[in-house]
Amino acid sequence: MNEGAKKTLKRLLVAVPLMFAFGFALVPLYDVFCEVTGINGKVFQSKDVEKLVIEDGRPIGLQFISTNNENMPWVFTPSEEVMTISTGKYYTATFYVKNTTNKKMTAQAVPSVAPSNAASHLKKLECFCFEQQVLMPGEEALLPVKLLVSNELPKNIKNIILSYTIFDITEYEDDSLANNEMNHENMNNHGGQH
Amino acid sequence: MSAVIENHHEDHHHGPAKGLSRWLYTTNHKDIGTLYLWFSFAMFLIGGAMAMVIRAELFQPGMQIIEPEFYNQMITLHGLIMIFGGVMPAFVGLANWLVPMMIGAPDMALPRMNNLSFWILPFAFFILLSSLFMEGGAPNFGWTFYAPLSTTYAPPSVTFFIFSVHIMGASSIMGAINIVVTIMNMRAPGVGLMKMPLFVWSWLITAYLLIAVMPVLAGAVTMMLMDIHFGTSFFNAAGGGDPVLFQHIFWFFGHPEVYIMILPAFGIVSHIIETFSRKQLFGYASMVWAMLSIAILSFVVWAHHMFTVGLPLAAELFFMWATMLIAVPTGVKVFNWIATMFRGSITFETPMLFAIAFVVLFTMGGFSGLMLAITPADFQYHDTYFVVAHFHYVLVPGAIFSIMAAVYYWIPKWTGNMYDERLGKLHFWLSFIGVNVTFFPQHFIGLAGMPRRVPDYALQFADWNMVSSVGAFLFGLSQVFFLFIVIKTVMGGKKATDQVWEGARGLEWTVASPAPYHTFTTPPKID
Repeated sequence: MNEGAKKTLKRLLVAVPLMFAFGFALVPLYDVFCEVTGINGKVFQSKDVEKLVIEDGRPIGLQFISTNNENMPWVFTPSEEVMTISTGKYYTATFYVKNTTNKKMTAQAVPSVAPSNAASHLKKLECFCFEQQVLMPGEEALLPVKLLVSNELPKNIKNIILSYTIFDITEYEDDSLANNEMNHENMNNHGGQH
Repeated sequence: MSAVIENHHEDHHHGPAKGLSRWLYTTNHKDIGTLYLWFSFAMFLIGGAMAMVIRAELFQPGMQIIEPEFYNQMITLHGLIMIFGGVMPAFVGLANWLVPMMIGAPDMALPRMNNLSFWILPFAFFILLSSLFMEGGAPNFGWTFYAPLSTTYAPPSVTFFIFSVHIMGASSIMGAINIVVTIMNMRAPGVGLMKMPLFVWSWLITAYLLIAVMPVLAGAVTMMLMDIHFGTSFFNAAGGGDPVLFQHIFWFFGHPEVYIMILPAFGIVSHIIETFSRKQLFGYASMVWAMLSIAILSFVVWAHHMFTVGLPLAAELFFMWATMLIAVPTGVKVFNWIATMFRGSITFETPMLFAIAFVVLFTMGGFSGLMLAITPADFQYHDTYFVVAHFHYVLVPGAIFSIMAAVYYWIPKWTGNMYDERLGKLHFWLSFIGVNVTFFPQHFIGLAGMPRRVPDYALQFADWNMVSSVGAFLFGLSQVFFLFIVIKTVMGGKKATDQVWEGARGLEWTVASPAPYHTFTTPPKID
């Protein structure tokens, strides 16, 4: 093989692991992209919520939806299905859960906001979705979410839907999910907000 | 390069080894090309047999022949085998046979890697097909293997599927690296980049696409493997992952992949139309630039496969316009082919018939693609038989017709024998009628709302499904006939001249027919 061919070969052999790494780099890139643009309905914790508090906000309809992922047997419903709230004010809503089984179970709720361009304006100060829920057999609980909708919410949005899907993660418990990066970050922020 | 040439000079008179070891140990580009082509033909027939099972089940509404679970395994394996086992190895085989001869090189640049990249392929497909006999059956999540169908809900055989995709990817990457190194470094003096035959150009671009996206596919299946076995949550929403992320990564690979399966076809068709129109190709430079633009655009259109996942409006608009932009370079190519034929003295030998059918039917597939690119329309068409009709129009009378055209066009050079023109034409007309009867009605049932990937359907779709199945059986049978024609040509037939076709140009037509085991051991003189 001549020199030119060796050079081409070396370059291409570098390109292959780089593109393999790029495939994995798409994972954090995707999350960063979603966080920056607020699309995908993903809700992230934000700092400096205090300065968003205003007195004369406009009214917004806030609707809660709860969904059980496939075989999740818990009872999971919002205490109130609809609230009328005012932008720039703190509100706390609760969800009722009950472990209907006879074994100890762990759950994780995953939030989503519609319309997606409202997601970045819905600020959560506390949320049960930042933590895992462990319930004993037959145990029930009221899970709180403390939130504020920024007045910068686009004017054409009159209603926001906040939906939670609850997942049974009992079998994953203690390994990967406990160390999940997103949960960690959120829990840290959560502590800082008090 | 001189060192390479002298080395080969010494063993110039060595013929191929005898027996099975010739094929196992061969580093000869022609032998490896032959292996690839036969392998892809075998896979084409296996994948085709699965298509027959699918169409037999869909012949009538209701479940009559197979179980729904097995139906899902059939559609999954049909797609995977046709793409990774049929179309891609066929193009690599053609590249192996033709690229060195077209650029006046004695062989591929990395002959041993060439051998390896072929011989791992049969193992990949052995693993994939063996999953049919495993507990829980073969992969059943469709060829796009969307998470969580392919992770949380997958049959246990998914791990074998992942391993086989890794092997296929490694094979493709090695093949692509070999082709790039060969084209960039082993052209005979005088063969400048803008003097390369278009098939060589098309493969150079395809090989770069392969090197860019096959590792991303390997990454995607690796993430699946980790989610399934090592407790990560790349695609598991309960653990903070996202199933939509899978689709983004998959289609970042998947969209360039569909151009990987069509660019070499563009190259082949350009040669054939030129030869049988007895004219120089119209717009050579614009053909090259069109292929380059298509390749670059292929990286920024992936989300048009995902319009219905809930993309923001801005993204839907961007991917819609970017997708429509691809119609421009594609249109340039189609008009160039037509301009080449315009006022040419055309004859209609079998390769030319396939090439013209390619231009017409591929363009139809392109138009249905444009319809699907319109975001609001796609909300209606998504996951219906209209999509099935679209991609089969670009892949069957597109990619596969071009491969058949290539086989008829170059087989006299490979074997030294002319194929039987009468049988070739019969094969063409059976295939042409078969393919249209199969896939054209699928546009109708798709627009009427029949979803894809269903083993049973509502009664109003019954008539066109039956027509489609009849067409599929005709098309399937005519490919067995194709196998017969190829074997007959290999066994004997009218002797081919060196130039074979009156209008043929290019270095591969200057060597003897059949092409000697070693060609261009000294570089040819180019004027």
